[in-house]
Amino acid sequence: MTDAGHDACSIPPPASEASGGEGGERSEPGGGLSLFARPPAEPKCPPPLTPPHHSLREWGEGNPRAVCHSATLAFLGVATFLTIVCSLHAPAAEIPQDQRRSGAAFMSRETQEMQEDDRANPGMLSVLDGEALWNDAPPGAKSCAGCHGDAAVSMKGVAARYPAFDDARSRPIDLEQRINRCRTEHQHAPPFGWETRELLALTTYVAKQSRGMPITAGTDARSRPFVEQGRVLFNRRQGQLDLSCAQCHDDNWGKRLAGSVIPQAHPTGYPEYRLEWQSMGSLQRRLRSCTFGVRAEQFAYGAPEQVDLELYLMWRARGMPLETPAVRP
Amino acid sequence: MRHNEPQRPATRRRFLAVAGGLALAPILVRRSARATPATMAAAIREAVGEAEVREGKITLELPPLVENGNAVPMTVTVESPMTAADHVKSIHVFDEKNPEPVIATFHLGPRAGKAKISTRVRLADSQTVVAIAEMSDGSFWSASADMIVTLAACIEESP
Amino acid sequence: MTQALVNVPAKAKRGEVIEIKTLISHPMETGYRHDTNGAPIPRDIIHTFVARYNGEEVFRADLHPAIAANPFITFFTVATESGAIELTWTPDHGEPVTQTANITVE
Repeated sequence: MTDAGHDACSIPPPASEASGGEGGERSEPGGGLSLFARPPAEPKCPPPLTPPHHSLREWGEGNPRAVCHSATLAFLGVATFLTIVCSLHAPAAEIPQDQRRSGAAFMSRETQEMQEDDRANPGMLSVLDGEALWNDAPPGAKSCAGCHGDAAVSMKGVAARYPAFDDARSRPIDLEQRINRCRTEHQHAPPFGWETRELLALTTYVAKQSRGMPITAGTDARSRPFVEQGRVLFNRRQGQLDLSCAQCHDDNWGKRLAGSVIPQAHPTGYPEYRLEWQSMGSLQRRLRSCTFGVRAEQFAYGAPEQVDLELYLMWRARGMPLETPAVRP
Repeated sequence: MRHNEPQRPATRRRFLAVAGGLALAPILVRRSARATPATMAAAIREAVGEAEVREGKITLELPPLVENGNAVPMTVTVESPMTAADHVKSIHVFDEKNPEPVIATFHLGPRAGKAKISTRVRLADSQTVVAIAEMSDGSFWSASADMIVTLAACIEESP
Repeated sequence: MTQALVNVPAKAKRGEVIEIKTLISHPMETGYRHDTNGAPIPRDIIHTFVARYNGEEVFRADLHPAIAANPFITFFTVATESGAIELTWTPDHGEPVTQTANITVE
């Protein structure tokens, strides 16, 4: 366990996986993803977190008159910027329980209807896919159904309590990691890569069996320290835009950012079909995408920080019903 | 004052400017391959020929404010008894600002029972969509819808 | 592993107008996107969708890249007789996909 709040360098470095753009990388099945991600040989410190600042040099140089003019503009610009940023800087308050709303509440009626109709919801194609995979046995092993039988019975309630504490790892793991653990340990098959069609389909199929049930993740005592880790990450400013998750999703939900309404960031429907992606995607993909949005260095898929944040978000959404497969804009 | 001095072709700055220009050129070429109201009119002319297109009989439902242009629900309905003598032969849907002016063409007939089709379309920009119904008697009827699209399909690529 | 979700009523009265809903898994790659290296991703869409009722074509759609990924199409047809309603999606590349639903018409 790390004390992420103290020293930036004490945060475990991301696992050995390229972290370039968002979402575009898909690990080859069987490679890239490892439940037991090894850190790179030389730990790399993330840059220290400092508030943004602009040196006069960035605004103009050479012509003294231009410098004065630029300096005035710079001062006004920085003052305005800091006013906005400082007004956002009031300590993030958690959303009161009774004010929590699913991301579905912030979407247009048309998108809501897309989610509500199982015959129109593109996520249902992934459920169909997952059902086929559930019944498909890898060579020399049983299928999921071979041990777990009818998923509607055996998987009911499972996704609602994930990420869940894993004894073998002595830390919580998310549903994708649990499925891959089954695959490697019980089916003796290579794990599915992150964001592959197969892993998304199986995760969606399993999660759909908990649709409508209240989320219970993170409510057990063993998960508590990891929920707190996730809370620290949620409240920590990051990236060139120097924003924390909380500043948008706790403090400014319901307002608009670049034409879209800011939701409260409750992961009630993952894996979900996101219209922007034109495909299914996991919560980890969405977190990496948000991190990219504030121009911060993304955590690799499967990194402990990703799972801690997933856990915190699910705990923050405790009691809300699971909606998988959700549709989001 | 580096930026005010003329540069020799061999310098890195000039190379970057040229390379930048070359890099931009394909982007400019790509972005110019788009429908315009003129190309939409041409596509309509091709589908309709010289016949007159009247407004009415057909209803085009599209949300006026589109939160994501990648999947916009659309429903087209045409009033028609859908009998052998009087029915909708086809419905053409056109756009103004996507890369291509035609979205889809639906072919019906008396076996349809009802001339109502729903699908999901991509919209690359705030624009007008036009639906034209071709009836069995050779007449054409049109309806249009204007949309504001906040996140465009086709031309904006998210990472 | 192309999946399609097809919704056809199992039973209908003769002459009843029934709604058919279809959803097929397909990226509908427009041909206007580029990969992370800037190279264009070639077009690959489903260009034709046909519904046949006991062999007779009752609905056809010519689709273009402006149809959203995982195309969703709903349409109506008259329940004339019992039999099979065959739905076929034809892509730019690869084999057409057909799914059949049986209907009992009383």
